[in-house]
Amino acid sequence: MAEHGNGDTGAVVTTGEGASSSYAIDNPGLPPHRPRLADVDEKYAKRSERQVAVLFLISIIGTVLFFVGYFAVARMDAFDDYFEGMTALRVQNTLLGVGSALAMLGIGLGVVHWARTLMPDHEVVEDRKPLRTEAHRAEAEKIVTEVIDETQIKRRPLLRNTLIAAALLAPLPALVLFRDLDRSEDFGVERMRHSLWGEGVRLVRDPVGTPIRASDLTIGSAMHVIPETLREIPGHGTRLAEKAKSVVLLMRMHPDDFGEQISGREDWTHQGIIACSKVCTHVGCPVALYERHTHHLLCPCHQSTFDAAENFKVVFGPAGRPLPQLPISVDEEGFLIATSDFTEPVGPTYWERGHTDPEGDYPA
Amino acid sequence: MSASKEKYTEVQYLEVDQYQPKTRTGRITNYVDTRVGGTGMVREFGRKVFPDHWTFMFGEVALYSFIITVLSGAFLTFWFDPSMSTTRYSGSYAPLQGLEMSMAYATALELSFDVRGGLFMRQLHHWAALLFVLAMSVHMLRVFFTGAFRKPRELNWVVGSALLILGLGAGFTGYSLPDEVLSGNGLRIIDGMLKAIPVVGTYISFFLFGGEFPGNEVIPRLYTLHIFIIPALILILIAVHLFMVVTHKHTQYPGPGRTERNVVGYPIGPVYAAKAGGFFFIVLGILCLIAGTFQINALWNYGPYDPSPVQAGAQPDWYIGPFEGVLRLMPGYLGPIPLEFNIPTPWGGNSVATPVLIPMIPVALIFLGMFIWPWIEAWITGDKKEHHLLDRPRNAPTRTAFGAAVMTNYLIMWGMGSNDLIATHFGLSLNDITYWSRVLFFLGPVIAYILTKRICLALQRKDREVALHGHEAGVIEVSPEGGFSEKHKLPSEYEFWTLVSYEAPEPSGPKTNAKGKVTRTEKLRARLNRMWFEDRVEPVTREEYLEALEHHGHDDHSEGLEAAQSRGAIEQH
Repeated sequence: MAEHGNGDTGAVVTTGEGASSSYAIDNPGLPPHRPRLADVDEKYAKRSERQVAVLFLISIIGTVLFFVGYFAVARMDAFDDYFEGMTALRVQNTLLGVGSALAMLGIGLGVVHWARTLMPDHEVVEDRKPLRTEAHRAEAEKIVTEVIDETQIKRRPLLRNTLIAAALLAPLPALVLFRDLDRSEDFGVERMRHSLWGEGVRLVRDPVGTPIRASDLTIGSAMHVIPETLREIPGHGTRLAEKAKSVVLLMRMHPDDFGEQISGREDWTHQGIIACSKVCTHVGCPVALYERHTHHLLCPCHQSTFDAAENFKVVFGPAGRPLPQLPISVDEEGFLIATSDFTEPVGPTYWERGHTDPEGDYPA
Repeated sequence: MSASKEKYTEVQYLEVDQYQPKTRTGRITNYVDTRVGGTGMVREFGRKVFPDHWTFMFGEVALYSFIITVLSGAFLTFWFDPSMSTTRYSGSYAPLQGLEMSMAYATALELSFDVRGGLFMRQLHHWAALLFVLAMSVHMLRVFFTGAFRKPRELNWVVGSALLILGLGAGFTGYSLPDEVLSGNGLRIIDGMLKAIPVVGTYISFFLFGGEFPGNEVIPRLYTLHIFIIPALILILIAVHLFMVVTHKHTQYPGPGRTERNVVGYPIGPVYAAKAGGFFFIVLGILCLIAGTFQINALWNYGPYDPSPVQAGAQPDWYIGPFEGVLRLMPGYLGPIPLEFNIPTPWGGNSVATPVLIPMIPVALIFLGMFIWPWIEAWITGDKKEHHLLDRPRNAPTRTAFGAAVMTNYLIMWGMGSNDLIATHFGLSLNDITYWSRVLFFLGPVIAYILTKRICLALQRKDREVALHGHEAGVIEVSPEGGFSEKHKLPSEYEFWTLVSYEAPEPSGPKTNAKGKVTRTEKLRARLNRMWFEDRVEPVTREEYLEALEHHGHDDHSEGLEAAQSRGAIEQH
């Protein structure tokens, strides 16, 4: 064990027992304290004092600037022209930000500069206390053992076992209380198999709701479509939930561009017009981008890419299934209609998705 | 009753009323102390020593930015109405006037346009939240790479890990509140991920959204989590975290005068308190500057949430990047083979959304590994000692290399969260970026591990060289014989100590258990232990040092002798 006095700081450093022998030299102790300019010359201390005071003054100016920004700039509703209002808001936001930044930085930098140049910078050494002494630990262990003994829980396993059983069951009501987090009337997974589409439901434009004729779509164009019945749904949330299942993308391709269609889907298109669910089969983002030359559909969230000409099969990205296709036709007035609901649940895969269809909604 | 507790005398009781303070400070102290007993605290903390180092700042930044999110967030609650009931927007922002939207979105717009300073506070809140998670992450990296999580601080590391996860939760629940297209699509992704969870996932989604996505319920529920439950948990854990810091006392970097038994630094009063207190205002000032000059989440551009529209190039907040990126990285098909499959069951089959589930594995492993790392490392190294001196990262090459490998893996996932923007900004093929990242996801960590380990070992060797032969002085000398040599300047004893005072144990082979057998896990431990220590660089020994000193004594008289004298103490031992 070696001790090195350090005259300048008055600190005495003791290396840990045993530790010192393993190193090439013994711990040399703290390096001597080097005085700062302000420690040896009052002139420099005065200079620091002035610098700190200037920083505090800058803070005051910043606070004033904040008030200027708050009261001197008119609010957006005072402007007839919306662009002028936006400019005013931008100016106000900048003044508030710069003003409060100066107010805070002035104080912060001032105090730190004060501490660094004027307050003592001698490093101080403090001993670490062992967290607990051995005797304390033994005493604590004895107390805990005695307490457990006094409860007699070890001698009476019946008490212990029934308590464990009760304690395991007791939290269950708290869990059950959360059951009504879902208060919908048709609780369960069955609702995920149905959308608003069905035989004869017209395809209408999103969001205006006007029906669509085949001639409205030129070859290569695409359109965002919702079921005509969507607007009859009451309640914003319920309507959005229905929309989340029934948004459809409608495209028109040259009939020669189609690849081989899955058997049974021959009459699902109308004059090269083809419809699919817009909800990605990966995690449900809207598949919003359509590239007319390649007939590729791209989901901008995770870049799953589907080929509209090849039964919407996945050509790139994380999606695990093709997009569901909506069978369409035209009604006697010439407007596009669905000929049935989707023949599979739309959107991301869920655990119960693979169940057979108990109500026989889907064709085999 | 414990025998150590003394009985107080009547005189001691009487002294309480008789004490007459002489100074004003004394009178205030006396008043407070006789009522709530504050002198104990002042005596304990008034001059408590804190080590100072710039890397100890990140935890402080995290604490301060959290305080700023709480203050700015409280301001926002006075105007924000977290309701999904609908209204027709009639505020100052003309492009959205007349549109049907939720109260949440309408009041978020009101805050931005019709409350003076509202936009500023919203931006301050958002920037502070981003900084909160960033500062926590960097703080954890500092703690990891310096080994500060080792005994006795393992539990505080766990508390810190929990704080990081709560920080992510706080961030995500807040991000989703304004109910516009951007955050709505974020929730849609969460919905998709929840539904992928086997057996219970669909129902968890129903319970969260109050039925089918998006429903009428989710915003107020996220609000309760965001402003009450998560911040309360964060506050409690911060209290526990700081309490443990006080109990353990802060760690310190190795250096002259620093030992495992002491703390060297500045006393709280006044230097440390002034620096730390001033630093709060600096953090706040910088955040104010950013909030006033850099726009964030311009939610008026997105429009009210609707399941049909989506922006291309949408990005989550930075800390969600790895979760988002790994989803983008995962292929749905391996060639023609779909990864998604159905398990045949009597009721027709259950679907497994493999492309969504598999990406959760690396993220879950990183977070789980983070929680239990202190015990994994102690198990491998067999190190059960207390540590208050930090490791210089180079002196723990395997840990540093492993940390760099995990970071690389994480950063590749994070970068993939912006693969579309990387593609558009650098004119690259999105598909190629994704293919290459899939390769790098596996290869990157291996490269990072090897490189980092080699760099650490090289730095350690450089340390040895400097300790034994000194720094290159940049002065070339010509000997009388005409030979050239460079002058070397020996390090000071203080620098020398920093260079040599580290431990590098040799690998320890497998040990037998009580039954005299070497178990399979013990064999694994011994293998990992060998990997950990085998290519260690030994610190300079006493013998090497003395030898070098003698050597220097011959060719570098002045400095060699001086150094020898200043370190004379050793030869006496």
